[in-house]
Amino acid sequence: MSTQAEVNSMTGVDALPRSNGELLFEEPWQARAFGVAVSLVQEQGLDWEEFRRRLIDEIRAWEREHGPSDAYDYYERWLAALERLVLETGMVSTAEIEAEVLHVVTADDHGHDH
Amino acid sequence: MSHDHGNGVSDPEVRTRALESLLYEKGLLSPAAVDALIGVFERDLGPLNGARVVARAWVDPEYKGRLLENATAAIAELGFGGLEAQHLVAVENTPEVHNVVVCTLCSCYPWPVLGLPPRWYKDPAYRSRIVIEPRQVLSEFGLELDEDVEVCVWDSSAEIRYLVLPERPVGTEAMSEDELAQLVTRDSMIGVTNVSAAVAA
Repeated sequence: MSTQAEVNSMTGVDALPRSNGELLFEEPWQARAFGVAVSLVQEQGLDWEEFRRRLIDEIRAWEREHGPSDAYDYYERWLAALERLVLETGMVSTAEIEAEVLHVVTADDHGHDH
Repeated sequence: MSHDHGNGVSDPEVRTRALESLLYEKGLLSPAAVDALIGVFERDLGPLNGARVVARAWVDPEYKGRLLENATAAIAELGFGGLEAQHLVAVENTPEVHNVVVCTLCSCYPWPVLGLPPRWYKDPAYRSRIVIEPRQVLSEFGLELDEDVEVCVWDSSAEIRYLVLPERPVGTEAMSEDELAQLVTRDSMIGVTNVSAAVAA
């Protein structure tokens, strides 16, 4: 099965949020995080399962640590899984991510509207 | 844009942008690949499923019978589903009747076979005008129907979704099922166009 078909057929806790059948992105970054993870898996020739098991881990971990009244965000779990994937496969280091994050935050201080 | 996360290092938007630019800088990914991927999920993934359903119905009269009788079960035969509680109904275009689908209330859409709806499908103008002046709207899509062709407008709901079974174009008798599937467009399965025998370049 192609990566795209596998992504589309996830049906458990990992199922993509949909509203009325459409993929539901509440903020633009969620669509970017979605696109980055799926295309990275394809471009790097990884198994979708490599990403999916980290996504399920992250969702389960969140559920263990939070109560039903806490605000759950699927794509924050998705992003956490993506960070773990790039770190654990050695694509990027923690130091690189944190440096780039600081760079983005600093750039925002100069009035970048996003 | 403002949101609850503030603008610190734990802001998911900031972290997504940082990851994205790192992966681009390292040549592990290109912005074009990400844009294309999002586009695939928005445009192509679903319509291909619907095209296979239509092509099968064109070559297999018994399958066509089952599709028109119970489309939910017929698409499941080809491995497509996920409509959950919803019911899929296939409506057949004939020389006498042309079908077109809308959701006047919102944007209900048979996504397991058609993927994500096009932008215009959600547009208030399409949703109201296709009911009031269907021939005019169809002609704006480039579809001119003869006066004696009856136009049926199907209003989707949370419970019932519609798939138009377009007419098989003349001159395609020698084509295989796979070749036929490539002719079938998303718009023809919504009913705003017909299928043309010429493959779009």
